[in-house]
Amino acid sequence: MKYLDEFSNPDLARRLVDQIHAVTTRPWAMMEVCGGQTHSIIRHGIDQLLPEGVEMIHGPGCPVCVTPLEIIDKALAIAAQPGVIFCSFGDMLRVPGSSQDLFGIKSAGGDVRVVYSPLDALKLARENPDRQVVFFGIGFETTAPANAMTVYQARRLGIPNFSLLVSHVLVPPAIAAIMESPRCRVQAFLAAGHVCSVMGTAEYPPLAEKYGVPIVVTGFEPLDILEGIRRTLVQLESGRHELENAYPRAVRAEGNVAAMAMLRDVFEVTDRTWRGIGTIPGSGWRLSERYREFDAELRFDVSGLHTQESALCRSGEVLQGLLKPNECAAFGKQCTPRNPLGATMVSSEGACAAYYAYRRLDLVQIS
Amino acid sequence: MTAELDFENWTCPVPLRDTPAVVMGHGGGGAMSGELVEHLFLPGYGAAGAATELADCAVVTAGDTRIAFSTDSFVVKPMFFPGGSIGDLAVNGTVNDLAMVGATPLYLSAAFILQEGTAMADLGRIAQAMGAAARAAGVRLVTGDTKVVDNGSGDGVYVNTSGVGIVPDGVDIAPHRAAPGDAVLISGDIGVHGVAVMSCREGLEFGTTVSSDTAPLHGLVAAMLATGADVHVLRDPTRGGVAASLNEIVRTARVGVDLVERDLPVPSEVSDACNLLGLDPLQVANEGKLLAFVPAERADEVLAAMRAHPYGAGARRIGTCVAEHPGMVVARTALGGTRVVSMPIGEQLPRIC
Repeated sequence: MKYLDEFSNPDLARRLVDQIHAVTTRPWAMMEVCGGQTHSIIRHGIDQLLPEGVEMIHGPGCPVCVTPLEIIDKALAIAAQPGVIFCSFGDMLRVPGSSQDLFGIKSAGGDVRVVYSPLDALKLARENPDRQVVFFGIGFETTAPANAMTVYQARRLGIPNFSLLVSHVLVPPAIAAIMESPRCRVQAFLAAGHVCSVMGTAEYPPLAEKYGVPIVVTGFEPLDILEGIRRTLVQLESGRHELENAYPRAVRAEGNVAAMAMLRDVFEVTDRTWRGIGTIPGSGWRLSERYREFDAELRFDVSGLHTQESALCRSGEVLQGLLKPNECAAFGKQCTPRNPLGATMVSSEGACAAYYAYRRLDLVQIS
Repeated sequence: MTAELDFENWTCPVPLRDTPAVVMGHGGGGAMSGELVEHLFLPGYGAAGAATELADCAVVTAGDTRIAFSTDSFVVKPMFFPGGSIGDLAVNGTVNDLAMVGATPLYLSAAFILQEGTAMADLGRIAQAMGAAARAAGVRLVTGDTKVVDNGSGDGVYVNTSGVGIVPDGVDIAPHRAAPGDAVLISGDIGVHGVAVMSCREGLEFGTTVSSDTAPLHGLVAAMLATGADVHVLRDPTRGGVAASLNEIVRTARVGVDLVERDLPVPSEVSDACNLLGLDPLQVANEGKLLAFVPAERADEVLAAMRAHPYGAGARRIGTCVAEHPGMVVARTALGGTRVVSMPIGEQLPRIC
């Protein structure tokens, strides 16, 4: 990973910043789709280095943030059942459902475990044949291949006590939904490099063409992001709107063919609700018919739950780029990482969490 | 809108309302741990509680002698890790709490809560490690206790150590003494212990050459004090890492700290592991490092004394104590921006992707 240090080099960064300033003649608003990019931008102070008027709008690309409340409540209901081992990535544990979070279920006696790979959950299922082991399968195209592989293995190995609570979402339909919004201000996109490393880039040229927006596939290190911004501005300034790959060391146009085959086998496209945004047609995956027996929603009766979002939380507008986190009246007051009203404040990739963690100084100075 | 923001003094009207029961974050050494002490323990203790500022180590008097008194419990998983074990930590942790007020550590207690079924061989290794660490630190283990809980009621071996030491005349080291202008020093590479433990934690198990930095630091402190510099604050940045320690200091002293991110000594193995897991090296635990606030004009001299000691060979200045932004730690990024270094909330949670 020393390789990555090259992509944080301050001298090279300064050169890119200079080029960005040289090419920019007017204000532009671009959206970084991925929450990982949002955190990198805020953590390294990249937005402070941009020309005045060039605005980074933070997109919906945080898997934790967009997981719908209904699914989180289902997760809580399943995790609270006796005999269940509920497995999740760490950052889902503090996301508030209607009444509590997974840490609360764990504290009340639920067997909630943080795992670092879905295959660890499958291992737990093999080791505990008398328990039901459920893995919380959330995320974008990035995490989906590993989750698909786990279900594939469960079926192949005949592990009946494993199931997946699926809430996978897809980036391209979200880009389309953002551009269709009448309040949309986005003029260009930095596409999420990790997503494209799996899925390739074929889905993006039609979006760039249809909506007349440049889309630049961008990585996550400071220089990656600055280069993505630079290329986006060059396109905007010259009136072009094309797909460009500024992350060639990880992304090939055809994507990861083996991973895509696994995804096609295990999942099928479905409409999906995004927390704070609403339902986006064709924007998610569910288990395909062949694997439906591993669907936790069918295995456990968790229908008919009453969900209740905070009336104060405006994370939906933040996720759509309509509101900066600090423009929300609850930001830093009723809503903090300690007492989050919405997922954008609790997720490690959430825009509100990034502003709270790294940007309070600016906000205090501005005031 | 932002004029109404008050992040540091904001207190939840009913502070513990969202956690009617104890959750893991209450033991994480971050904001939740602090709230538990402030809103539950201290009100419960009432007049019998601490009369002085809360710290990892209290300085009390007996006659003319100033006695440092500290206690700590160790529940680390796994019990054995590259570079050490729960036994080393239990001794060095309390020795270091005493050292952070400038005390000479003298005597420790050791109390064990053992889960039924724990292997005698493991317990023996832990006892030997404690003996070795105590000999190396020049302290004696003079009293103790052992309890056993049902299988399933505990998790292997829990160790509590308490310690006492003597604070030399003229030494006054406490968080409230942090003053604008002070140089902020660190004794060496950060995040090493936390990454060493994570590298062998079940489910993670990544290969690394990093070993825990667990070590007794009172010798290093003595070398620093021998310069004659008026050391204002010392803190060993254990759970919650450098971020938690600095945040606690700036809140206590009502000062700010400016860090220079490129001056932070983060070994590449640590930054690699943190990148992978989505963690901030500043929030990762250390067990053999100390932070120091010293008057800037004596900083070079103190640094030289630290570097001459085996546990301070990598010492360097990482920032400055300032009057601006009181209660806040701010880092200047390598690219020239700034960011706030936050207090960790509870447990560090590896990210999803």
